[in-house]
Amino acid sequence: MRPADLIRSAAAALGNNKLRSGLTMLGITIGVFSVVGVMTALSAIGTSIDSGLSVLGTHVFQIQRNPAVQIGGPQRSRGRPVITITEARRFASLMPAEVHTINFEVQHWGVLVRHQDRETAPRMAVVGTDAHYLNTHNFRLDYGRNLLADDVELGRPVAVIGYDIQQELFPFENPIGAWITIGGARYRVVGVLEEKGSLFGGQQDNRILVPITRFMGDFSNHWQSVNIAVQAPDAESFEEIRETAIGAMRLARRLDPGAENNFEVFSNDSLRDAFARIAAAVGAGGFLISAIALVAAGIGIMNIMLVSVTERTREIGIRKSIGARRKDILRQFLLESVYLSQLGGLAGIALGVLVGNFVAAQMNVPMLFPWFWAVVAVVTCTIIGVTFGLYPAWKAARLDPVDSLRFE
Amino acid sequence: MSGPAPTAAPDHGAASAPRTVIEIEGVTKVYDLGETRINALAGIDLVIRRGDYLAVMGPSGSGKSTLMNLLGCLDTPSAGKYLFCGEDVAAMDDDDLARIRNQEIGFIFQSFNLLPRATSLRNVELPLVYAGFSPDERAERAFAALESVGLADRADHRPNELSGGQRQRVAIARALVNNPSIILADEPTGNLDSRTSEEIMGLFDELHDRGNTVILVTHEPDIAAHARRLIRLRDGLVEFDGDHRDAAPSA
Repeated sequence: MRPADLIRSAAAALGNNKLRSGLTMLGITIGVFSVVGVMTALSAIGTSIDSGLSVLGTHVFQIQRNPAVQIGGPQRSRGRPVITITEARRFASLMPAEVHTINFEVQHWGVLVRHQDRETAPRMAVVGTDAHYLNTHNFRLDYGRNLLADDVELGRPVAVIGYDIQQELFPFENPIGAWITIGGARYRVVGVLEEKGSLFGGQQDNRILVPITRFMGDFSNHWQSVNIAVQAPDAESFEEIRETAIGAMRLARRLDPGAENNFEVFSNDSLRDAFARIAAAVGAGGFLISAIALVAAGIGIMNIMLVSVTERTREIGIRKSIGARRKDILRQFLLESVYLSQLGGLAGIALGVLVGNFVAAQMNVPMLFPWFWAVVAVVTCTIIGVTFGLYPAWKAARLDPVDSLRFE
Repeated sequence: MSGPAPTAAPDHGAASAPRTVIEIEGVTKVYDLGETRINALAGIDLVIRRGDYLAVMGPSGSGKSTLMNLLGCLDTPSAGKYLFCGEDVAAMDDDDLARIRNQEIGFIFQSFNLLPRATSLRNVELPLVYAGFSPDERAERAFAALESVGLADRADHRPNELSGGQRQRVAIARALVNNPSIILADEPTGNLDSRTSEEIMGLFDELHDRGNTVILVTHEPDIAAHARRLIRLRDGLVEFDGDHRDAAPSA
């Protein structure tokens, strides 16, 4: 039998039972979709991280109570004392003089900001900090002025507002000099930040920077922990300064020499690593789901092929009586199961690419086609088709021509 | 019936010296059903020559179907010698048997056994598909075979769009398309009314006149009367073998 005839006959057999073929294919489609979709989305996220992850400024690391990114497991940070402003000040005094950019930051989330008759949604974050914040956290001033050392020293009620607040409260006016009410306290706007965009749903444009001294009076809570950002003068000194800072922080926190650090240190690089770990975990999850779905789908294919062989016993008898060899019948049924599996796989790839790219679009990452995973999917589907189709096809090929011609 | 006969009878050389197609000696077929053993054929001797027109008769259980399956190489004998065109069938593997069925034997069944979803042309092409012919040659030969049974205008019809007689003609065209050495028909008119039966039998007569070797398996004497030679089986043995006009009327 010529290959072209084989292909035609397999395609015709599947076409004769469209609903059944479709349902059987669906299992494969879901399995392939989960791996291709997840992998497409992950590479989109990966691209977005590489190009967009700049929570901190250059050569900056941050010391804080909780890990920046948590992946499952027991919470290491549970029971740790907060970093107080006193500890932070002690830390700064322990750091060598050549490190001149040390920034404190305390955050208070979920506040509502009001200006005259306008108010924002209660999702803004007040950040008590100082002039270094723009450098250490990679923000840029759009217009107006930054916080000044004086503002912090004197605890002035001044604020530098994020892009979102400017958009919501001052759509038509210049906010500079305007008075706003932040959760009951009044501040005068002195500057506006440039838009930064969001990172994984984490807002960065909803911040209001106020002097940390003023913040302590207006928003202080016993559970607020101070984050300390340190900028090294250059890349070479970064590691050394980081080590020094850990030592200084242990001293500032009065830790026993044998005790574990009760604070976290992270930088853009360590954030990137953390996201890479998450990506690997999600990828492994997608892989597992995919493997389970594909095995289940393979069993479905085997089942439907066995039904098909029984239903078509007479056809097999006819074909044998006019000269089909065992291997012709074997190939015919094997090709049907491989087709079933591959068609399901192609649908899964299409669906996965579609959904993956939808995620990519949300992250402003250009369209991508996961060639590697597509090829892996097609090869895997072929293997599944052969593996689970072999027994039914073998059964068909072994049928006795006399008995199968008599089959009703 | 008009039109060319593209499925010309196989070249059987000098008509005066007919060659042997099938030679059977002491063939038995035993079905082992666990507790009981059934001797379907108890030792058959049979020689079929090129150009024979043969009817196999016998009551049910006489071994007709078993003999037909053996002759058609759908099954192999339990013991005895079976030579098909000089080749030992008993020693053949599945591939060889399939090749003989494909190229040397044209089957015609009581229930037509056409593929229901395929057109007449596609059904007739099928033996050529397994023989590995190119699509063009296949279509040409299949169409010619349909033409020779008078169904050229039904080439695109599916079996359910044809009458019983037309279906059997398609099956005959399929049996002829590979120029087989023998045409093996198992109760070919069993599902047809008497008028259509006569038409189909006319077609068999014509095939024989063109030089084909035809074997009919039937239990109807008036169908068997078309043949020149009659084999009557009883209890797995040949009870009568000769000119059907000499046969004692069957009970």
